[in-house]
Amino acid sequence: MASSKSIHVEVDGAAYTDDVEPRLLLVQYLRERLGKTGTLIGCDTTNCGACTVHLDGESVKSCTMFAVQADGRKVTTIEGMAQNGKLAPLQEAFHQCHALQCGFCTPGMIMQSASLLKENPNPTETEIREGLEGNLCRCTGYQNIVAAVKSVADGVEYGDSGVSVAESLVEDAESAGVS
Amino acid sequence: MIPSAFDYAAPTTVEEALSLLAGADSAGDEVKLLAGGQSLIPVMKLRMADPSLVVDLGRIPGLSGITDDGASLTIGAMTPHHTVATDSLVLAHAPLIAQAAQTVADPQVRHRGTIGGALVHADPAGDMPAPVLALDAVFNISGPNGSRSVAAADFFQGYFTTAVEEGEILTGITVPKYGGWGSHYEKFTRVAQQWSIVAVAAAVRLEGGTIAEARLGLTNMSSVPLRATATEAALAGCELREDAIAAACANVADGTEPASDLNGDSAYRRHLATVLAKRAVLAAVGLSGRKG
Ligand SMILES: Cc1cc2nc3c(=O)[nH]c(=O)nc-3n(C[C@H](O)[C@H](O)[C@H](O)COP(=O)(O)OP(=O)(O)OC[C@H]3O[C@@H](n4cnc5c(N)ncnc54)[C@H](O)[C@@H]3O)c2cc1C
Ligand code: FES
Ligand code: FES
Repeated sequence: MASSKSIHVEVDGAAYTDDVEPRLLLVQYLRERLGKTGTLIGCDTTNCGACTVHLDGESVKSCTMFAVQADGRKVTTIEGMAQNGKLAPLQEAFHQCHALQCGFCTPGMIMQSASLLKENPNPTETEIREGLEGNLCRCTGYQNIVAAVKSVADGVEYGDSGVSVAESLVEDAESAGVS
Repeated sequence: MIPSAFDYAAPTTVEEALSLLAGADSAGDEVKLLAGGQSLIPVMKLRMADPSLVVDLGRIPGLSGITDDGASLTIGAMTPHHTVATDSLVLAHAPLIAQAAQTVADPQVRHRGTIGGALVHADPAGDMPAPVLALDAVFNISGPNGSRSVAAADFFQGYFTTAVEEGEILTGITVPKYGGWGSHYEKFTRVAQQWSIVAVAAAVRLEGGTIAEARLGLTNMSSVPLRATATEAALAGCELREDAIAAACANVADGTEPASDLNGDSAYRRHLATVLAKRAVLAAVGLSGRKG
């Protein structure tokens, strides 16, 4: 019987110590052990990018990494992007540019866009498209996603829409007819 | 998809990793080395591989990074594709390898996947073998009986098979510096994030307005990467004109028997090779707008 391993990881600023089976994928650890369901599983075959998170600041596909490989390292998920209840500029830009429809690809798109802008703060449109090569969107046709990323690179200020994270979730739920 | 259960070890030295391999071997256990996991984890999820022990090379500091050895560079096996593609030493002295690394998969896979993993995995459609072969890199391998060096020409032995034996670890490759050479990796795919249907790696040295020497590696034209030696000879002395370069590349597929698959049949691949070889050489000598 394979033995479990103790891991220490920092996820979205909080420290965790857990015993995990070596075969536990990082994405399963995040979703099932930590309850961080903001990170999604689309394909489970390293193609779609929905599971993208940052490992020590670099984008990785968390369906193609074991949780034990993250031992001693820092993971950031979409749930760690907003600061003090305020959406990160990329989140605000996706919201304002209508860069999502069903939203399934969005957490991965935003995490990959953040990694892209960190490596290349002033990308051309082509560089944005190439930088998002590993993220599939079945709804938007990519146009508004590229526009959202470009707007953040160009320093477009969306102002403080006054939308806090919690409120925006409520607002979205209301406009979707959920109460 | 969840892999079968396995034991996991994360050694911090090559010696420790080698003794784990030797121990598993004598116990009759199936053991797998884990590098970036971008090929191994998918096959473990499909349960096409179900090792009882996985030895992670990711915690061995000496295996990652690029060092300048004077006349050559050594690229550690665990250096991620992203680092290979952006490192200033690789860009200055082996830009062909950097450019090929930039075409692998997508940014997330390039952050995890390693040059050593790609070379040992030796997928015929993989992008790293042909440039490394064209540049005559030397493979540094450590095993139970010490270290040995294998020439690139002897490293790739067949479909997914290399000179790395069970119980051995590829620690890195040593690439001669090609001062003053131009180079280009021309990869043909139809969609984003795709493996090469065919690709050509070219490195060229000019002298007095003609090509003095050329090195050409072919991706996915066989079960192993190929050196196009007859075309290299035809290019020597070639003038810097598109028609002359096209003529020299016209027979690049002679003697090859590429596979047929859903991306293209064998004849199509042979045709692609001539077109891509011409484009790669034109770009390497600076006669086209292609980047690299
Ligand atoms: C969606 C997707 C698209 C891809 N597209 C491309 C592409 O376009 N072009 C391309 O070239 N590749 C592509 N790849 C593969 C990628 O390059 C992988 O990084 C590479 O094949 C394996 O490297 P790795 O470090 O992840 O190795 P791993 O997956 O960890 O290991 C691969 C194999 O090599 C062995 N191994 C690894 N390191 C060593 C070592 N140092 N010594 C001895 N044995 C070792 C392992 O035991 C295993 O059998 C793609 C992968 C994915 C998931
Ligand atoms: S779920 Fe990881 S890439 Fe699709
Ligand atoms: S918004 Fe639906 S997949 Fe991208």
